[in-house]
Amino acid sequence: MLDNWDWQLFCRDTLDESVVFSSCFGQDGEVSYLDWLFTAWGWTVSVALSALVIALLVGSIIGVLRTLPDNKGLVRFGNAWVELFRNIPLLVQIFLWYHVLPALIPAFKQFPPFILVVLALGLFTSARIAEQVRAGIQALPKGQRYAGMALGFTTPQYYRYVILPMAYRIIIPPLTSESMNIFKNSAVAFAVSIPELTQYAMQVGEETAKPIQVYLAVTVLYVMSALVINRIMATIEKRTRVPGFVAAGVGGGH
Amino acid sequence: MKKQLIALSVLALVSGVASAQAVDTLAKIKSSGTVNLGVRDSSGLGFTLGNGKYVGFHTEMAERIVDDLKKDVGASSLKINYVPITSQNRVPLVQNGTVDFECGSTTNNRARGKDVAFAVTTYVEEVRIATKKSSGINGIKDLNGKTVVTTTGTTSVQTLRKNERANGIDFKDVQGKDHADSFLLLESGRADAFVMDGSILAANIAKAKNAGDFHIVGETLSVEPIACMFRKDDPKLKTAIDNSIKRQIKDGSLAKLYDKWFMQPIPPANVNLHMPASESTKAAWANPNDKPMEDYNTK
Repeated sequence: MLDNWDWQLFCRDTLDESVVFSSCFGQDGEVSYLDWLFTAWGWTVSVALSALVIALLVGSIIGVLRTLPDNKGLVRFGNAWVELFRNIPLLVQIFLWYHVLPALIPAFKQFPPFILVVLALGLFTSARIAEQVRAGIQALPKGQRYAGMALGFTTPQYYRYVILPMAYRIIIPPLTSESMNIFKNSAVAFAVSIPELTQYAMQVGEETAKPIQVYLAVTVLYVMSALVINRIMATIEKRTRVPGFVAAGVGGGH
Repeated sequence: MKKQLIALSVLALVSGVASAQAVDTLAKIKSSGTVNLGVRDSSGLGFTLGNGKYVGFHTEMAERIVDDLKKDVGASSLKINYVPITSQNRVPLVQNGTVDFECGSTTNNRARGKDVAFAVTTYVEEVRIATKKSSGINGIKDLNGKTVVTTTGTTSVQTLRKNERANGIDFKDVQGKDHADSFLLLESGRADAFVMDGSILAANIAKAKNAGDFHIVGETLSVEPIACMFRKDDPKLKTAIDNSIKRQIKDGSLAKLYDKWFMQPIPPANVNLHMPASESTKAAWANPNDKPMEDYNTK
């Protein structure tokens, strides 16, 4: 078993496994398993970050809609959105976007799988972020809303200047966790033929007959990606902290 | 984190050491009265009809091997426990003993030979191209600029890469997560061609809604010996399985079984695959051997 721990596998050529590159990266158009690993990582990061952008945008909009006063229609729409996207398993949603929607709406056939998987993952996560945004807004004392109104702000204005800046600060911890989740959930892209890390692990594990090393490498990359997001969010949390509002360093609410 | 990594490596080492010990699957089969047989659910050589029923050329051949094993271990009856396996999990499941042996569509190659052992070759697969008749694709050269699908975790992915490089053509390759998924990509127009073992292509086409729209074209991209797979370091099991296969070849029952699954209408749709045994398959029967794929393609 010990002699089976051949870490050189990443330096091998993907066509002719006997060739080992000295730099571990392929030369002159040759591709090593390490090159391929980084390409796969690129796909994972692209899927996750694009989906995160969609999730934050849509999630914020839906979350705000659900807290609007005097607008039952929009509130209902927001609630329906959240219930729809969080009650269907992610993998099923991926298949719905990839196989079912194009069958119903021919225009979707032109969409590359990348766009479809980003939409699926982004909208799935948007429901969860919307719920957090709603919770953040509703956690604020009612007085803040009234204070904004008293100053003569319109609804968009008091959301923009009074409510949202505070609400977002409250929900940074769950947002951090959601951003990390999106990296881990991006593995479902494998199901619709995106050549990302999970697919890499399956194919290369098979080709090299060294699945343990391949899975370890892929695990390290997933951990690193999620950890980078975690650190970025932690920095944002620190920088945006309002003294005396969210208790510094002791955790918990305000 | 560090601690967890160490724990993980220790676990991997321990399991590695455990599996390196000699195994006696026949004794295990005798004492438990059960054979854990690895079967496929959507391969050309073995597939499912649903409700836990597994059929196909290699599945039925495996059932006959179990019949012979019964005599070998001196048991009055052996129960077959069908374990569905996939391209991705077949090697680990054989290695860790979940599956005693599997007869599906596993290619005997050197890389796998380091982890598992193979019986004598019972079918020689030819990797081909399936496409829509309307696509105008007639061979590997026509794939330039097209989208080609193969299945993750198969040797066909490598074959395709090698052909892409060797023939100086440029196509976009996507990987389906299993054969049914890959064929769906071809069927729904997301891929122009599906490169895979000929028998898998034929079976998928035969089961398709519009079977007449598809055909298999072009040169043979790779020749791959398919054999039953089991754990390494178990010479008794290998002898028993090899002997059973050689018996089936000798008395003509294997050829008859082939005829049943490839030249006659088969369930579930009662379609005839019309796939006469290739010259290489006949050669493997005439001269039973367990040579890996590399010995076939270097000629």
